[in-house]
Amino acid sequence: MSAMPIRSFCLCAALVAGSAQAATLALTHARIHTLSPSGTLEDATLLLRDGVIEAIGTGIAVPDDAKVIDTKGAVITPGLFDAYTHIGLDEIDGVEETVDIGSNNPRYSAALDVVDGLNPRSVLVPVNRIEGLTQAMSAPASGPEGPLFAGRGAVINLGTLDAFVARPQAAMFLSLGEAGAARIKGGRPALLLALREALEEVKSLGSSNPVQRAAQLGALDAEALKPVLVGEMPLVAEVNRAADIRVLLQLAEDYGLKLILRGAAEAHLVAAELAARQVPVILDPTLNLPQNFEALAARADAAAILHKAGVRIAFSSEGSGYGSHNSRNLRQLAGNAVAHGLPWNAALAAITLNPAAIYGLDSTLGSLETGRQASFVVWDGDPLEVTSSAVQVFAAGRAVPMQSRQTLLRDRYQQRRQPAPPAAPAKRP
Amino acid sequence: MKPDIRIIVSSALALGLLAGCKDDKPEAPPPPFASSYIAPSAAPILIQNATVLTGTGVQLDDADVLIQNGKISAVRKDAGTVPGATVIDAKGRYVTPGIIDAHSHLGVYASPSVWAHSDGNEATAPTTAEVWSEHSVWPQDPGFETARAGGVTSMLILPGSANLIGGRAVVLKNVPAITYQDMKFPGAPHSLKMACGENPKRVYGRDGKKAPSTRMGNVAGYRAAFAKAKEYQKKMDEGKVETRDLAMETLVGVLKGEILVQNHCYRADEMAVMLDVAKEFGYRISAFHHAVEAYKIADLLAANGVCGALWADWWGFKLEAFDGIRENIALVDAGRAKDKDSKELKGCAIVHSDDQYGIQRLNQEAAKAMAAGRRMGLKISDADAMSWLSTNPAKAIGILDQTGTLEPGKNADVVIWNGTPFSSYALADMVFVDGVMQYDRSSPKVADSDFLLGLEPPESKAATQEPQP
Repeated sequence: MSAMPIRSFCLCAALVAGSAQAATLALTHARIHTLSPSGTLEDATLLLRDGVIEAIGTGIAVPDDAKVIDTKGAVITPGLFDAYTHIGLDEIDGVEETVDIGSNNPRYSAALDVVDGLNPRSVLVPVNRIEGLTQAMSAPASGPEGPLFAGRGAVINLGTLDAFVARPQAAMFLSLGEAGAARIKGGRPALLLALREALEEVKSLGSSNPVQRAAQLGALDAEALKPVLVGEMPLVAEVNRAADIRVLLQLAEDYGLKLILRGAAEAHLVAAELAARQVPVILDPTLNLPQNFEALAARADAAAILHKAGVRIAFSSEGSGYGSHNSRNLRQLAGNAVAHGLPWNAALAAITLNPAAIYGLDSTLGSLETGRQASFVVWDGDPLEVTSSAVQVFAAGRAVPMQSRQTLLRDRYQQRRQPAPPAAPAKRP
Repeated sequence: MKPDIRIIVSSALALGLLAGCKDDKPEAPPPPFASSYIAPSAAPILIQNATVLTGTGVQLDDADVLIQNGKISAVRKDAGTVPGATVIDAKGRYVTPGIIDAHSHLGVYASPSVWAHSDGNEATAPTTAEVWSEHSVWPQDPGFETARAGGVTSMLILPGSANLIGGRAVVLKNVPAITYQDMKFPGAPHSLKMACGENPKRVYGRDGKKAPSTRMGNVAGYRAAFAKAKEYQKKMDEGKVETRDLAMETLVGVLKGEILVQNHCYRADEMAVMLDVAKEFGYRISAFHHAVEAYKIADLLAANGVCGALWADWWGFKLEAFDGIRENIALVDAGRAKDKDSKELKGCAIVHSDDQYGIQRLNQEAAKAMAAGRRMGLKISDADAMSWLSTNPAKAIGILDQTGTLEPGKNADVVIWNGTPFSSYALADMVFVDGVMQYDRSSPKVADSDFLLGLEPPESKAATQEPQP
C-alpha cells in the first residue's frame, strides 16, 4: 500500500527550480494511480508536453527534448477533488464581511450563483492546493432564515486565477430534513409541500394554465430551476434521515430530478435503493455519532456499506474539523474510511474520480489519461496516510508554487528560532 | 504517587470518630461531590512482543508490559509472567499509554447536539467561577464510547469559552458509568477554565450589549475577579468569612495552587498579557488551549512552564485563528529556555481535541503534527510525539503522578494498537483503564450508552447489519 520513500528534497527542488514548467517533462519510475481503465501502473512514466499529458504508462519512450525527473518510486494520483466546500466564498467564518456562502434572505433563492461571489485569491486556495487539492465544488448554503433553494454552485479549479471557475452552475443546492424544515418554519410536510409548489410552478411556466406564484419564486429563480426539472442540472440535497431520503427519491421520480445526496448519515439504510436508482452520495465518512435526531443510525463504516451496495460515493470535508479551511484533510477522511472497511481504490476514487463524475466532469477531470490537462499530485508515500505529503502539485497544466500564507508564517518563525546574530551598533538614519 | 484524597479524608473522619473527636475545632467537611470510582479487580495481564512507546520518550522494540492489580508492574524485554496472567501476543502491534484529552466537552455538549444537551456555557455572566462542569456531565453521551474506541482513557471536561472565567473543569476516567462520580478521577485536581479574545467580548459585548465588549474589557474582568479573590482569601485566612462565596472559593483555590488554570487563548500577544495577569496575582497558568499562535512564543511558554494544548491543523474559523500553521505543535515542543540556575526548560506540547470527532483520532492528529515538524527539519521521534498524547496532557491536568506513561507503579491505562498509532489506518485493538479491558475491537458489543439502545426497530437493517471487517 505505501510507496517506497523517495528523496523528496531532490524532486521538490528540481521542480520548484522551474524544470516542472519545461515544455516537455517526463516523470519516471512512479507508481501511477490513473483512476482510468488502465488502473494502477508500477514503475511508470508520465510524459507532459505544454501542460498536457502526452503519454502515460510503462515502456514509454522519453523524447530527447524532455526534462526527466526520476521520482524514485513516488506515487502519482489525480488531483484531489472535494465534492462540497465553500472555498472562494468563505475566508474567516467569524468575520461576516468575508463570508459569501449564501443568502439569509428568502427573496434570493435558486437563481443565486456563487460565481458572482467567488474569490480566486482566497488564502484558502494555496493552503489547500499545496496539499493536493486541485478541484472542488464551491457550493452555496442558505442561512438559518434563508431560502429553500440555496442556489447554484460551481466547480472551481485551484490551479489558476484566470480560469478559477471550471464549471459554473454545475448543480443546484438545497437542504431537507431538520435544517430545511426550520427555514420553512414548519415541519417536514410543510417543507415538502413548499418544494412541490416550487417545482409545479416551474413546470407550468409558459403553459396555458400556469401555477402562478404559488411558491413565490422570483422570475429568475423559476428560470434557474428549469434545468433541474428536466434532469440536466443535478440537485444536491442535504438529507440525513432514511425516511427523508425515501420521500426525496419518490419526489425525484415524480419530477424527473437528477439527485445527489449530501450528508446522508442514514443513507446506508437505503443503500440498495440508492444503487438501483444510481443516486450518488456525498459524505464525510468520519461522522459516526448521532449528531442530531436525523442521524441516529450514523456509523463509521457507512462509506463501506454504500460502496459494497454499488452506490457511487464522494467525500467532503465540510462536516468536521473546520471544513473548507481544511479541505486538505480529505485524504485523511479517505484513509479512515479504509480503516473501516472501504477498499483503498474506492477511497481514492471518492476524492478524485467520483466527484468529477457526479458533476459530469469525468471526461476531463478525476483521472489521468492522455490528452488531458495536467491535474495531478506527486506524493512522497501513500496519499491516504496522514504522515505522507504532496511533493509537487500540478494543476491547470502547470506545477503550482508550493507556497501558502502558512508556509510563509512557518518560515518566518523558523528563521527567528535561529540564534540572533551579534547586535550591530544602533544607527539611526 | 499522590494518595487518593477521598480515602484519606474518610479514614481521617473514621479516626476522629474513634478518638471521640476531642478537638474543639469542627472537622473540615469532606470535599463535596467526591469520586465514587472504584477500579474493578482484574486478573494480571501480560502483553508480549510489542513495540512499546512508554510516553517517557522511549521506544522499546519486542518488549512486554505486565499489569498487576490495575497497575503497570513491568515494562521491558522478557518481563516474565505471574501466575494467572492473561497473555496477549502483541507481535507487530504497538502498545502505548492511554490517550489523555486535555480539552473535551463530552457530556456537557453531548450528542445529539440539541438545545436540551447544551450544558457547557453558563453564558449569563462573564465570570462564573462558581459553576462546575461536572454538574453538567451526562454520562450517557455516546461520544464517551467512540472516544474510548480511539484509545482515550482520561479526559478533562471543561466548561465552554463564552465566559472570561467559565468555571471548574473535572478529570474523568473514560469508563461506562451511570453517574459522573463513578467516572471522576480519584485524586485529580480541579481546573479552572478561562478564556481570552473574541468569544467573551462577542457573547457579552456584541450580542449582549454589556461588559466586556473589548479585549481591554476582558482583562479588566480577570483582574477584578482575582483582586476580589485576594480579599476573600485574606478573610478566609483570618476566619472572617460569614457567607460562603462559591465563586471566590474557586478563585482562592487557584491562588493557592490547588486548582489548575486552563486558559483558552489564541493569539501570541494575548497569551503574553495573560502571563502578566497571572504574575500580578501570583497564580500559574497550566496550559494555553487552542493557542494557534503558540509557535510565535514557544520559548516564552517554555520559560514559564506553560503547556500548549493544540489542534494539529484547525485554523481560519475566526480572525484570532487566522495564523494557524501545521507546525504549531512541533514548534511548541521545540521551545527552549533557561531557568535562573541555567537549567534547560523544554516546551510542553499537547494534542487536544475540543471535538467529539477529533477525540476519536488524536493519534492521527499527533501524526500530522509530527510529520509537519519533521518536514521542517525538527528531530521528532515517534516516542517523542507520544508524550503529546499522554504524558504532557497528564501533566497539564494534574494526573501525571498516577497515569500518562507506562512506568511501574502507574495506573495501567494502556492501549494496544493494530500497528503504529501514527497512521490513518490505526485502530485501537484493546483499551485498558486501570488494567481492566474497557474496549475490545474483536468483540463488538452492545452500546454502553443507554441512549443508543433501541433507536432502530428490531427489523431494521441497521439493527442486524454485519460489522465490517
